[in-house]
Amino acid sequence: MFYVLLFAPLLGFLINGFRFRSTNAKLAGTIASGAILLSFISALFYFGQLIKMPAEARSLSFILFDWIQVGDFSAQMGFTLDPLSMVMTLIITGVGFLIHLFSVGYMDHDERPAKYFAYLNFFVFNMLLLVLGNNLLVMFVGWEGVGLCSYLLIGFWFSDPEKAAAGMKAFITNRIGDAGFLLGIFTIFLTFGTVTFTEIASSVPAEPLTGWTSPITLACLFLFIGAMGKSAQIPLYVWLPDAMAGPTPVSALIHAATMVTAGVYMIIRMNVLFLAAPNAMMIVAIVGALTALMAATIGLAQNDIKKVLAYSTVSQLGYMFLAVGVGAFGAGLAHLMTHAFFKALMFLGSGSVIHAMHEEQDMRKMGGLKKYMPITHATFVCGWLAIIGFPFFSGFFSKDEILWMSFHSPRGHWLLWVVGVIAAMFTAFYMTRLMAMTFWGKSRVPESIHPHESPVTMTIPLIVLGFLSVFAGWLCVPHGLGSVLPGHPHNFLDQWIHPLMGKLEMGHGSLGMEFGLMGVSLVLVFASAFMAYRFYVVDPSLPQKAQARVKGLYDLVANKYWVDEGYFKFIINPLVRLSRHLWADVDVKLIDRATYSISDLFKNAGGGLRMVQSGNMQVYALYILIGVVVSLFFLMAR
Amino acid sequence: MLSNLFSIGIGHYLFVSGALFVMGMLGVLLRKNILVILMSIELMLNAVNVAFVTFAYYLNDVNGAVIVLFVIAIAATEAAVGLALVVLLYKNFKEVNIRFFEHLKG
Repeated sequence: MFYVLLFAPLLGFLINGFRFRSTNAKLAGTIASGAILLSFISALFYFGQLIKMPAEARSLSFILFDWIQVGDFSAQMGFTLDPLSMVMTLIITGVGFLIHLFSVGYMDHDERPAKYFAYLNFFVFNMLLLVLGNNLLVMFVGWEGVGLCSYLLIGFWFSDPEKAAAGMKAFITNRIGDAGFLLGIFTIFLTFGTVTFTEIASSVPAEPLTGWTSPITLACLFLFIGAMGKSAQIPLYVWLPDAMAGPTPVSALIHAATMVTAGVYMIIRMNVLFLAAPNAMMIVAIVGALTALMAATIGLAQNDIKKVLAYSTVSQLGYMFLAVGVGAFGAGLAHLMTHAFFKALMFLGSGSVIHAMHEEQDMRKMGGLKKYMPITHATFVCGWLAIIGFPFFSGFFSKDEILWMSFHSPRGHWLLWVVGVIAAMFTAFYMTRLMAMTFWGKSRVPESIHPHESPVTMTIPLIVLGFLSVFAGWLCVPHGLGSVLPGHPHNFLDQWIHPLMGKLEMGHGSLGMEFGLMGVSLVLVFASAFMAYRFYVVDPSLPQKAQARVKGLYDLVANKYWVDEGYFKFIINPLVRLSRHLWADVDVKLIDRATYSISDLFKNAGGGLRMVQSGNMQVYALYILIGVVVSLFFLMAR
Repeated sequence: MLSNLFSIGIGHYLFVSGALFVMGMLGVLLRKNILVILMSIELMLNAVNVAFVTFAYYLNDVNGAVIVLFVIAIAATEAAVGLALVVLLYKNFKEVNIRFFEHLKG
């Protein structure tokens, strides 16, 4: 049964992979979706089994084979189903299935649907490897595999050079992170002599180690570099917005719901290690908070609907890192889950819009789509309310928990809270702006385009995800909030993963403080959302005036802080120049010349020696004579 | 002293042997006719024979003389094989000049 869970997507990949020439999107999509559905059903089966077990013993392990066996070191191709990987597996296969279903409609007119679905299935397989692996090496295989699939799918329409370049950018940026991840694995192996999660967790010293150069801190920082690449944090976030070149369901599955959360998952998985390295956690929290803020501000000024969602994803990932950085692993996982629902929903919604608009992504050419696409609009509203943290929608619970924890946790700081709240404010603004420019207000749709609601295979996933976006938050109601709500809902998610978490004394925050801070953030969020509504619906001329007033600032944000340009100017172009010099001056002029001259030497020497072989017997006899004379000379001289 | 100078001793024998050997060697190295080269080889063999019997006589060791008998026997067989080859070469190529047979040129 477990192997059904793990290998059904691989089987789907193989079937669709072998019939990659097929243009039958319905058939390919059915095979692929069926494979993921099978996986999802097995995951549900195991979920049922885990629930029946006592809380401390919830762990099923499956060993496929012994993978590496060198001296004392051994690594198995082994998998663990514990509460944490169970949650991830359910998200991956569940959301994955919905997105596969959506893809059937979305990729209907594509030329190579079988290939697309093969990649998508392969992605799910690798993602399952990543979350289920019981040691860092299996995780790393999945980690690389999802990177590969991400590259293949971003560049899926590779005949457009820009899209192919976006794929390469993602791949190379991830590669930088992966190098860090590998160094982290090496450091952990050197320190603990093992790469298995349970063994690492049991051999971490109980007392946190201060200082920057302790092996645990270094290992955590290296692992975090890997997470920066995969989960698009400063400074390696630049690939994610470009990754929107891929088909929209890919953006929903890989670049919103699952792959980009791999870094967060990894840190939650290694939580015991990170808790022992407060400095590394501080870096994680700071980077997360800054990313949340910076990406949110960039999102304010984007006009491409998918770009807004992409920066929003970067920003929300920042929140997750903020959460795990202050030790609130449960809150991080909660936000990971709710974000997977509402962001997948919004990406699919934007896919539905783009599909209806005949591949138009510029929000300035949309507007008033509400009356053409009622279902997409309604579900999008659910996602919107969830992400801005409207009370009792899913994002509200998880985001509030993160903000409270960043203030209250012993590893937190009030500055982190301030940054988080400002980012939340900006989030409310740009999401409202997106809603306003796309669905509300006056229509700016060109005459030639007639928007229409999407087919039923595309709207069903939207409805399911919309439902989840609204209600999933009740699985992770923060403790303080739960104590005053009717029925006193528990934080089920936190309890569920609690046995896997290291000890961090949270202390008792005052309830009044918690509600006070929540009130402040809610007021700011509502004010910001209302302002966006005024700007983009009530008086569409206001944005222009506001832009003119803060022109310098607006340009800075609209051009994404010139980060891409900066990378080109200070890293990529010097690197290219250096490589060019190395090629033209060192390689061609030095190394090539050296090897050529050596080969010339041998060629000439051979040519010279060729003369010796004259074929004339008498000359050979002369050589014999010379040889004898010389040997005699030596014998006698001795 | 004078009688020593004119009496024939080991030095004379060895000189003759050496002179014969060098003549044979020069013949092998310089002459172009295969038949002549073959004859020169015989000359070198005989030069060695002379040296052998000389040493056999002066060292009172009969082994040297015995080896000479072997050498003569083997030289005879060698001459027979060599001549047969030369005859065949001539039959096939109508040529006895060794420069004609330079097919092993590098």
